[in-house]
Amino acid sequence: MPNITKHRRFVATAVAVTLGATTLAACGGSDDDGEAQAGPAKLTYWTWTPGMDKVVDLWNKGPGKEQQITVTVKKQASGDTLVTKILTAHKAGKGPDLVQAEYQALPTLVSNDAVADIAKESGDAKGKFADGVWQQTTLGSDAVYAIPQDIGPMMFYYREDLFKKYGLTVPKTWDEFAETARKLKKEEPEVDLTTFSANDSGLFAGLAQQAGAKWWTTEGQKWKVGIDDAATRKVADFWGGLVKEGAIDNQPMYTPSWNKALNTGKQIAWVSAVWAPGTLTTAAPDTQGKWKMAPLPQWSDSENVTGSWGGSSTAVTTDSKHKGAAAKFAAWLNTDPRALTALAKEGGIYPAATTAQTSDAFVQPPAFFSNQSDFYTAAAEIAKTTAPSAWGPNVNVAYTIFKDAFGAAAKDKSDFGAALKTMHDDTVADMKKQGFEVSE
Amino acid sequence: MSSLAVRKAAPAAGTTPGTAQGPPLRRRIALVPTLTLLLGALYCLLPVAWVVIAATKSGSELFSTFTFLPGSGFADNLSDLNAYREGIYWQWMGNSALYAGLGAVLSTAVSAISGYALAIYRFKGREAVFSVLMAGVLMPPVILAIPQYLLLAKADLADTYWSVLLPLVLSPYGVYLSRIYAAAAVPADVVEAGRMDGASEWRIFVRIALPMMVPGLVTVFLFQFVAVWNNFLLPYIMLSDDEKFPITLGLFTLLEQGANTPALYTLVITGALLAVLPLIALFLVIQRFWSLDLLSGAVKS
Repeated sequence: MPNITKHRRFVATAVAVTLGATTLAACGGSDDDGEAQAGPAKLTYWTWTPGMDKVVDLWNKGPGKEQQITVTVKKQASGDTLVTKILTAHKAGKGPDLVQAEYQALPTLVSNDAVADIAKESGDAKGKFADGVWQQTTLGSDAVYAIPQDIGPMMFYYREDLFKKYGLTVPKTWDEFAETARKLKKEEPEVDLTTFSANDSGLFAGLAQQAGAKWWTTEGQKWKVGIDDAATRKVADFWGGLVKEGAIDNQPMYTPSWNKALNTGKQIAWVSAVWAPGTLTTAAPDTQGKWKMAPLPQWSDSENVTGSWGGSSTAVTTDSKHKGAAAKFAAWLNTDPRALTALAKEGGIYPAATTAQTSDAFVQPPAFFSNQSDFYTAAAEIAKTTAPSAWGPNVNVAYTIFKDAFGAAAKDKSDFGAALKTMHDDTVADMKKQGFEVSE
Repeated sequence: MSSLAVRKAAPAAGTTPGTAQGPPLRRRIALVPTLTLLLGALYCLLPVAWVVIAATKSGSELFSTFTFLPGSGFADNLSDLNAYREGIYWQWMGNSALYAGLGAVLSTAVSAISGYALAIYRFKGREAVFSVLMAGVLMPPVILAIPQYLLLAKADLADTYWSVLLPLVLSPYGVYLSRIYAAAAVPADVVEAGRMDGASEWRIFVRIALPMMVPGLVTVFLFQFVAVWNNFLLPYIMLSDDEKFPITLGLFTLLEQGANTPALYTLVITGALLAVLPLIALFLVIQRFWSLDLLSGAVKS
């Protein structure tokens, strides 16, 4: 879909220019008619979560009925294209009342004034979430731009049976990870520990986040971009080195041949996130019950931190004429125990609300991991160690550049450092072009 | 002419099996062009074969068995697709048929009347109008999707069936093709004769010119139909209610379900296979109209 991507970038730029690109200080959404009226209201909600209509039915028949707030689900396709669609609709003033937004998309939506500040209406929701998760919806300000829905703490997945067969131990640090990869390659040249894939930028962003990278920060009125910082460089050089020496594969993920490699044991581990069981179910159906999950390897023995890959939130748009009612629904959806259980059951999400992570819905491990009975207990522990993230207003652009630059570098087994520099420079250039002030 | 001598001199060329002089002594197969065509056909048909075979595979067979080995899950895939969200797939199919069918009919009608007018009548600004149309032909419709959305949103038509149909009605390429075709197929003498006999301009167009233009219009209709059937960006921007989605958008939402939900590959592949069947059927049915040649109904000069 290269056309759409290109087009989307064009649109995002156009929208930003037309609206007069705002600096962070001007980020505050309009909250004029925010509080006051809750119901009666009819709200529309753009979401991609499967089965969301059934969860919303619970609202419409329960608390929504009492408060005369009816929500209609309009199912969308997920991804960056949806952000463009939201911004386009906002430009016409025809946005829905509620949107599902990935955390890294929030700054883009906020800087285009597409989502509203619901700090007043969000009530005591804050206490239900880990600080690192909540902080992603405030962008470090006093405002609240969304209620967290699901999170994707990163973990290390490996084939328990094959690790035993090849005499490997689960790596606790990235050094051990590299040694494990080399050892396996030496003994079984046909088998790879894993692959470095550049087709989902979220993976690399999560790994950099674990290493302590802060890609976007603010300094007064200006943005500061730290994509080419020491932490990210460490991660890039680490993976670039492994690819170059051939210790791991360099083929992209989510392709039929990747599925086959996982299914037939040609790749025996995957650095992924809490949602991996779902992906493995379709990618490697013959390996059910043979995988195990462990914490992500660390950069030093003393550390215990992970990154996040994926996750989304529920935001109220500035186009909504019923912001109070919409915020009420968003808070219910992501904090009410009944709603969260339904979300887990119907939508298969891993909830951001901490109490829900250990609720009844998460007693049993996922079917694909029936051999690891403490899957969700371990996951909840890992989720607590998630490093804070720092997203900026053009994450989508940075991600596209990442895919191009790192995709080429992985294919040619060339210098990842150079690719990182390209990603940094082009991201800064794009921000300047959009009218953001960037400090060097 | 001296075709025999020529052929003897250069037998390798062998690309002119028949001449005006009568059939050649022996039909020879032109090797290079035939091979090229076969390769081209293979190139086009291989992905189709992949879709057909992949649609027969169950989820566990899809990525694990040999690519061109048929699987055992076709019936299950069909019933899964049928059951997915209470059969919303068929709603998408119906929507696509509506957008493509009605859209192509409307657009062909507009193309026919404008192409005819541009070809037959001489009026001030005719060339200017045509130049603008030519510019329109060169403009990829993708560029217009966003402005069209903003316009239709102003008219409160976004997220309606009209928002997808209206932008399709004027097809610069269709008008261009109709004008070229009308200029070639409808002789000025015929129009003049109609006027002499006292027919109104409308009657001349409908009763005399239109039948002559049919093969060209069939082409316009087919082009439009296929273009709308495969269209993605315009409905993507216009529609937010997935009950109004055409098949392309519907299948896209099955693929992009968010990171924590696996893409429904088997459903998408089976859905894609079913979605090309109407196009194939349409081509087979309409093909015979193309055999009508330029002579049908025209004057001999």
